Amino acid sequence: MLKALLARAHQGHRTMAYPAGEPPAMPERFRGAPTLDPAKCPDGCRSCADVCPTDAINKDGPLALDLGRCLFCMECVTACPDGAIAFTNDYRLATRRREDLLARGQELALADALERNLRRLFGRSLKLRVVSAGDCNACSADVNVLGTIGWDLGRFGINYVASPRHADGLLITGPVTENMRLALRKTYDAVPSPKIVIAVGACAISGGPFADHPEQHGGASSVVPVDLFIPGCPPHPLTILDGLLRLLGRVEEQRRVPRG
Amino acid sequence: MTAGVATHNGRALALKDVPFLEPSQFRGWLVNGVRDKGRRIASYFGVAGGPESGPAADGIGLVAVLADDANGRLSVARASCDGASFASLFPEIAQAHLFEREIAEQYGVTFEGHPWLKPVRYHHSYRPGHDAWGRPSDAAIPPGVMDFFRVEGDEVHEVAVGPVHAGVIEPGHFRFQCHGEQVFHLEIALGYQHRGVERALVGGPTKRTLPYMETVAGDTTIGHALAYSHAVEALAGTQVSARAHAIRGIALELERLANHVGDLGALAGDVAYLPTAAYCGRLRGDFLNMTAEICGSRFGRGLLRPGGVGFDLLPAQVEDLRSRVAVARREVTEAVELLWDTPSVRERFDHTGTVTPEDAESVGLVGPAARACGIQRDVRHDFPAGIYRFVHLPVMTAHHGDVNSRAYVRWLEVQQSISFILDQLDGVPAGGPGAAAGALKPDSLVVSLTEGWRGEICHVAMTDAAGRFSRYKITDPSFHNWIGLALALRDGQISDFPLCNKSFNLSYCGHDL
Ligand code: SF4
Repeated sequence: MLKALLARAHQGHRTMAYPAGEPPAMPERFRGAPTLDPAKCPDGCRSCADVCPTDAINKDGPLALDLGRCLFCMECVTACPDGAIAFTNDYRLATRRREDLLARGQELALADALERNLRRLFGRSLKLRVVSAGDCNACSADVNVLGTIGWDLGRFGINYVASPRHADGLLITGPVTENMRLALRKTYDAVPSPKIVIAVGACAISGGPFADHPEQHGGASSVVPVDLFIPGCPPHPLTILDGLLRLLGRVEEQRRVPRG
Repeated sequence: MTAGVATHNGRALALKDVPFLEPSQFRGWLVNGVRDKGRRIASYFGVAGGPESGPAADGIGLVAVLADDANGRLSVARASCDGASFASLFPEIAQAHLFEREIAEQYGVTFEGHPWLKPVRYHHSYRPGHDAWGRPSDAAIPPGVMDFFRVEGDEVHEVAVGPVHAGVIEPGHFRFQCHGEQVFHLEIALGYQHRGVERALVGGPTKRTLPYMETVAGDTTIGHALAYSHAVEALAGTQVSARAHAIRGIALELERLANHVGDLGALAGDVAYLPTAAYCGRLRGDFLNMTAEICGSRFGRGLLRPGGVGFDLLPAQVEDLRSRVAVARREVTEAVELLWDTPSVRERFDHTGTVTPEDAESVGLVGPAARACGIQRDVRHDFPAGIYRFVHLPVMTAHHGDVNSRAYVRWLEVQQSISFILDQLDGVPAGGPGAAAGALKPDSLVVSLTEGWRGEICHVAMTDAAGRFSRYKITDPSFHNWIGLALALRDGQISDFPLCNKSFNLSYCGHDL
């Protein structure tokens, strides 16, 4: 008992100050929002598109990078002879609409808050049922980590709950495997309306590296309507938290960040 | 020819040197090796028709890898099968059980004499028109629908859980046969996470191969990327710098630390001992953040690549890591040692979910689950590759095979990994982070083993005449160990299931592929 008390004293208070204070520092090599400079692309160059493992880059017109597919692997940066693509360590990536994830060198339209009536319902208490539908456990793990003392998701009134019947919405990871499609559908149907759906990670948004496999369905929107897209492979916990807080209207400043 | 060809971890063999045994000799070699010589099946899989399948061109080939832990030797042999049926090894060697089910599902072969020949991942066979259960090729295959083992009798009841569980965890279906609280039998049906990884690897390497490897099991990104890198380097004849080996070793041990520490916290949470649960939950993140400091990703995405590492360690990073690891060592020690001093924790950990050493040997458990039964089995020690050829790590064991032993082995390994990392940081060899690996040798085979945090990761790569993968077989440690969880529940209480499950903490996606 004495040891437990001593340990309690040593371990101290660990919950981060964010969002009231500064967000935790990102590692120097962290890869967040990209900046694109299509003006630098030489005519007909496809070096980036050719190396991209998920075909996230479209070079048929001016350079465009789909953050919903991107694995943040940096292959394109290495391949580009002219420095047209760079990744910053800006962790803010979540959007409300799938098409907003297409980066062309413009400002990224970060997620708006929920409509007023939903915000009134969920703004101070949002219970989520997490469904892993073919994820590799990396997205799950960093969704789960928000429940630990450092992040303490509960202080925002957001909790992961055991039953869809207790939930206000689903948080989905994974490309939605054929073998999880029915279970996901049933889980969604079991959540009382009104409900929201959050897709976390490249797989849940686009199928990720498995996008063209017949064993999966290319993400959550193949089965249910999605209200919030959080890109990454996997997204950093801070990216996920930022997305959730934006959805609830708890982070509004710098809503639109200049990109590239 | 009556035996396999001898080889080592990470050595490329010409395919022509891998003997085709007569089916009866092939079975004799496996039964004799496992039953009489203490070897075990590290991998056993099918390959599609063509020259690889041997004499019967419309059939399939079977490839098996036997591991001799005590002598650090591997042996590989093949047999050809008519593509319709093959005699099962399961009646003689239990560890063939799931391998045969997998081959049956993937290649539409039945194994005669196999008492539990059921699907593994619920998908159509790789050979259209051939199905082990005679299902038409356009029929839907609903997951979890199979002939579950049932116990009948007064007051015997069945409990079904999943695929969607109460916690934030991957999907799987668990069927318990119970008498009150007592579990007679647990059967586990997986496959919900099946993404078709192995099928997609054929014809590689491509630009997607590395991302596939990194997501076989996301919590084992480094483990699988390392097994893959070693396989490619063997096939391409690439020399890896000592510096890259050291950085890879640091990354693999950081991965082990994050998972072991996180699981020790989760085990504490499952017995409602909140101090350790809270501290370890945070400390797990500290180890993930150290990996992110090296490569930007908490899971080590992009850190390993065939030929070397994608990120070098700068001198300032070495210093920074050293001080972070030292702080974490102090805090983890304090947090975890509370477990062993707390009677209410010991009461729940001791004698819960016991697996006997005989059962563990017979089903071929690997990793901490095997070592918790007193079995000396660790790839880093038995089949060292990379940095582990230069740094010898003793195998950490415990002896009761229960939740406490599995937890304690993890704790011993946490301490060992921390010392290993600090030693490596003291003398990171000079040199570059490595270059790209070149083209792969044609018509070759390599077995690549790595000790991931859950145990032995086995990759077997085979190339065709053009040096592309004709088959790439992945065996995650979970593939061996799920049956261990089922055995741990025998005669236990159903309320102990979450605790037992966490003490193994197996991968669903690593199994489902
Ligand atoms: S960083 Fe994203 S866009 Fe660039 S190559 Fe990797 S996956 Fe493709």
